[in-house]
Amino acid sequence: MKVTFSRRQLAIPYVIYLLIFVVAPLVVIVSYAFTNGDGRPTLQNLIGFFTNPNTLGTLVYSLLLALVTTVICLLIAYPVAFVLSQSKWKARSVVVMLFVMPMWINFTLRITALKEILTAIEGNLAFHPFFNSVIGMTYDFLPFMILPIYTQLTRLDHSLVEAAADLGANPVQTFLRITLPLSVPGIISAVSMVFLPAMTNYVVLDMLYNSTYIMGSLIGSYFSAYDWHGGSMISLLMLLMICLFTLVTRGTEESAQVRGGTIV
Amino acid sequence: MKKYLGTLIVVLVLLLVYAPILILTVYSFTDATSIGFAGHFSVHNYVTLFTTPELADMIWGTVALALGAAFLATILGTLGAIGSFYAKHKWQSAINLVNQIPVINADVVTGFSICILLVAVFGISKDTYIPLVIGHVTLCAPFVYLSVLPKLGQMDPSIYEAALDLGASPSYALRKVVLPQIMSGVLSGFAMAITLSLDDYFVATYTKPATFDTISTYVVNATRGSQTEIKTALWALSTIIFLIVLAVALMMNRMQGRTDNERRAKAAERA
Amino acid sequence: MEKNAPNIIELQNISRVFDDNGYVAVQDFNLTIGRGEFVTFLGPSGCGKTTTLRMIAGFDLPTSGQILLNGEDITRLAPNKRPINTVFQRYALFPHMNIFDNIAFGLKLKKISREEIIRKVKRVLDLVDLEGFEDRSVATLSGGQQQRIAIARALVNEPQILLLDEPLGALDLKMRKEMQLELKAMHERLGITFIYVTHDQEEALTMSDKIVVMSNGKIQQIGAPEDIYNEPINAFVADFIGESNIFKGIMTGEKKVRFCGGEFLCMDDVPEGTLVDVVVRPEDVILTGAEEGTISGKVTDVIFKGIHYEITVESGKYEMVIQSTKTPKVGDTVGMDLEPDGIHIMIAEDHITRFEAAVTGDYQLDYNGRIIHCDLTTVIPGARRQGEVLVDGSGQVIDPSRLRVHVSIEPGDIQMSDDVEAGLTRGHIINLIYKGDHYCYVVRTEHGHDLIVDDEYLWNMGDMVGLILPQEKMTFSLKK
Repeated sequence: MKVTFSRRQLAIPYVIYLLIFVVAPLVVIVSYAFTNGDGRPTLQNLIGFFTNPNTLGTLVYSLLLALVTTVICLLIAYPVAFVLSQSKWKARSVVVMLFVMPMWINFTLRITALKEILTAIEGNLAFHPFFNSVIGMTYDFLPFMILPIYTQLTRLDHSLVEAAADLGANPVQTFLRITLPLSVPGIISAVSMVFLPAMTNYVVLDMLYNSTYIMGSLIGSYFSAYDWHGGSMISLLMLLMICLFTLVTRGTEESAQVRGGTIV
Repeated sequence: MKKYLGTLIVVLVLLLVYAPILILTVYSFTDATSIGFAGHFSVHNYVTLFTTPELADMIWGTVALALGAAFLATILGTLGAIGSFYAKHKWQSAINLVNQIPVINADVVTGFSICILLVAVFGISKDTYIPLVIGHVTLCAPFVYLSVLPKLGQMDPSIYEAALDLGASPSYALRKVVLPQIMSGVLSGFAMAITLSLDDYFVATYTKPATFDTISTYVVNATRGSQTEIKTALWALSTIIFLIVLAVALMMNRMQGRTDNERRAKAAERA
Repeated sequence: MEKNAPNIIELQNISRVFDDNGYVAVQDFNLTIGRGEFVTFLGPSGCGKTTTLRMIAGFDLPTSGQILLNGEDITRLAPNKRPINTVFQRYALFPHMNIFDNIAFGLKLKKISREEIIRKVKRVLDLVDLEGFEDRSVATLSGGQQQRIAIARALVNEPQILLLDEPLGALDLKMRKEMQLELKAMHERLGITFIYVTHDQEEALTMSDKIVVMSNGKIQQIGAPEDIYNEPINAFVADFIGESNIFKGIMTGEKKVRFCGGEFLCMDDVPEGTLVDVVVRPEDVILTGAEEGTISGKVTDVIFKGIHYEITVESGKYEMVIQSTKTPKVGDTVGMDLEPDGIHIMIAEDHITRFEAAVTGDYQLDYNGRIIHCDLTTVIPGARRQGEVLVDGSGQVIDPSRLRVHVSIEPGDIQMSDDVEAGLTRGHIINLIYKGDHYCYVVRTEHGHDLIVDDEYLWNMGDMVGLILPQEKMTFSLKK
């Protein structure tokens, strides 16, 4: 007689899944990060990371690589996004699609293509490792930079631009005082989609013969050396950094759509 | 002048983005072993791609993994979204928060942590494929969840009740009334899941059996090796994937155009 | 199952408390509905009418109480097992199905043959005047058409009760009027019990056999439209149904009542000294020459309303709204009179005296030049002092000249004094009633306001007294 079926019960399998495969791994990482091989609690992993010149060097190199990549991506992506959002082309949706499409091609294959071209131009890739890595990262992440900015710019109420013009602002002033500030949320979300992956995507470096470590490769190296405690500490630090970044930017939901390759 | 500058920028960037892929596409139909060297027309690379068992296994393995993981992720994520949508607010917030973790986390960390849990703590062998499948489902399901949840919000909440009112059981109402309403979200979630799984390197590298390769792990290993035969066959694979993506994009564009037209036609009919 | 029992549905002591915030949506609701009746739940939003309807439909479960359908308990029966169908507020048509599939939804679940379904769908489409709409999609229909399909979809299942949740709310005025008549006609033709929810009193009066007026989760009055209109049981019902003037008054003799500054004869025999609320419908006020009426006042507003004028007259501190075909001019002095059957007396629920005060520049209350001390930060939500001024929750400075505050005080808390300057105001005693252990006085203040004052000592009629209103006994509320 009683209504026993409840729609909210449908969440139970997913909640259990999340608990086991998302929450539990985090718990394990945290406990590994603060223990040593004997299972005793220790802060050595944490202290080790910040006192070892190699790991610190990796951190600095990662930050530098990510920073340069992000700036270059932004410099290319913003004009493209701006032109696209302002254009009245009939085929605008097709052009936007062209910028999205590379996201759907396996990134290792895209980097392979880039590598072949760079090799043809430079001969030996090993001579310009940092330069090549920046190009590789930019090539890989450019769509992730264009899309959020483009979305934000299309959302911009056009009457604001008209109002600024009406009040006597010239196009440059209008851009600097209206369009640019209002597109900041898109820029923030785009930056978060490029900066963090650029610190961890060591495959791009690997494939372009740059043997310098970045944060992502560091986890791998600890893993291969069976130092899972040290690896857990690096993972934990990465995760903390990402959470901090996300809290500051608060752009997660949109980022998720862009990362999933949805067309907006 | 200004107008052309804008167009010029867009065209230039598009050229830069597509040049490597297009050049590779051209070279995939030659017998050249490096870009920049002249070669003759040949479908040799395509023959190698489809006749080398190692390559074929890798391709079908990747596709099977993507389909399987996306299927599981879609079921879990969709049910999760429906349940969470109707749950009490604090529960929904909690699920949303945990769901966000794999989304924002670096894939290296996701892969590493799942590997540690399953292999080190639970003692499950990577050879069972279980860590790999779980890793990919964990990677994809949150995106399905995020793609379905807003569709539930857009739905008229009383249509579920209307179905019950007309005599439908709750499960019938969910299947026949709620599901069709959120179908677009479910499908785009499924598509996202496939893309994510196909593109993944990091989760796979930490969770896959040693004898199994996805396209990503295979390609990365191949760049380290020096087998030209394999290297140029991958150019062919790259070309095929590019063409498939192009076809899908064209289809989507066509479909979008059609729904727009339908919407216009409907509006006209109502007027 | 007693199909022939005269009552189709009974709600017994139904209460609904929401567990998350303890909000009482419906409280001790008792109602019996006869077979074939058209019953309307009427009340402002948040009064519990929709919650009650949802409990009848089965979407919501009562916290306590029972719902009986044909004498059988269906309180916890799933909605899909009840022979009751609903027309939803925004129609809730299934957007991915065409009209035929929408209407046939319930029939298909009952495993009825295809031919039978087609026949039934056609018949009900005829009923709602949308013949041949089977293949149309929902999106191509107008609001009014969607409404009819929603009705057809519910009716095709031949429910014992049809529930309608503000079904006309989304339609424009003209369409709404049309649909009201159509629904009424449909009800008469089909003989099904209709339970209708609305906040529109005119809709309720037009269509219903029985109206249930609700407020704050409680039934205020149940009755036929005429009874509810003519004999409202309390001030809420009187105010909600139709336009009305409501005054605080007191019985001053056998079928004699004093309110609005005058004494009138009435029909209700209520004991002398009883405090009452008096309802006067605007159309019952008789306009007379300035000197001829029982009371008189100055016209402050005249609005043309099509078939009549709506005239606002200020008489002392009271305001009377009148509907009349006469057209006095603003500023005219007019007399007003009432027939005994134009006065409706209700025993007052509270005896509180209420008056309005302005706010001075330094945020004190001003009652005709006298200052009342009041901490306005406790009256205005979110307000706080900032130096010399008061700011609201968002930091905006509050302009005192635009504020009005209601001051309330119990009659028992007002004291009379020989010293006419002793209190906030002063007045003449114009009525005196002995109430056993104390006297009840009506004092007409110098500003034309009748205050009711309880006092154990005997004063004389016509005495001029000071009225002391202790500030600590006052309660304040913001006039919206």
